Amino acid sequence: MSGDDDGVKSLQRDSAALPATNREVELARRLMAGDESAFEPFVSAFRTKLFQYTYLTCGQREDAEEVAQETLLKVFENLAQLREPEKIRPWVFRIARNVCYMKRRKSIYAPEEEISLDRLMPSFKDDGGGRRIEIADWKGLPDTLAMKSELRRMLREAIGDLPDLYRSTLLLRDVEELSTDEAAEVLGVSADVVKTRLHRARLMLRQRLDAQLLAGVMP
Amino acid sequence: MTKLECKEIFEQLSEYLDRQLPADLCDQIDAHIEACPPCVRFVESLRKTMELCKDLKEEEKPAPLPDQAISDLRLAYQKFSRERNAEKGVLKNGREA
Repeated sequence: MSGDDDGVKSLQRDSAALPATNREVELARRLMAGDESAFEPFVSAFRTKLFQYTYLTCGQREDAEEVAQETLLKVFENLAQLREPEKIRPWVFRIARNVCYMKRRKSIYAPEEEISLDRLMPSFKDDGGGRRIEIADWKGLPDTLAMKSELRRMLREAIGDLPDLYRSTLLLRDVEELSTDEAAEVLGVSADVVKTRLHRARLMLRQRLDAQLLAGVMP
Repeated sequence: MTKLECKEIFEQLSEYLDRQLPADLCDQIDAHIEACPPCVRFVESLRKTMELCKDLKEEEKPAPLPDQAISDLRLAYQKFSRERNAEKGVLKNGREA
């Protein structure tokens, strides 16, 4: 183990993405059974999530407010189509994604080119003193965005610049923390495609942040 | 350590960090990373990228929903509920008949 690492195992995530929370499933079940007392907690549970997701997808606060609201309306108008309350999260996010695209007047089926992994791999150099990797020093960068408004702005901008194919996958998996299967359901692709796109999305984002660090512009 | 091995690690890093790889493959990657400082640095930068994304969602809160919007949502839900009850009534009556 290299001296500058706390342990390989600690690099891995503490937990894989969680399945839809029991509370959301329970609220969906109650709504479907006609229990109106579940209405407000359901709206409250999903509205903030939807706003955050659509804000990062649409890029505009006003659009995000509108899309979140329209999504909830479609959720209630189409609730009869939800067969399994366990699938409430992917179902709701799928509606949000469609509403977002309608808003942007862009087809979700617009093909986009898959990006080669080679373009995202850092370069290695051997200067005689052992192999070196050409990446910035990430040690000074915090794990959290608390009180780091400039870093937050850069991250948001970097996510906004990702091709949609990758941005949508990253938002569902890493920001909203849907499982691989849930994200696949939202996006209408296989779990393997989600994994492939997620990896490229993370690498692209990492590359962008790395460039900012190397350029010394990262706060 | 050969470059090819680093590249193989590179291709699987997301699944590795998400703990979605089989245990034996995970062990192989652990063993590689332990002996490869450049990979440690790269994995750490990718892990940090993922952590920062997770933190992003706490940022913004939407404005309170206008009363009219709440009312529209409730009406849509009540319509669903009425139609669901009507369906149940039809089914129940059908069985009783």
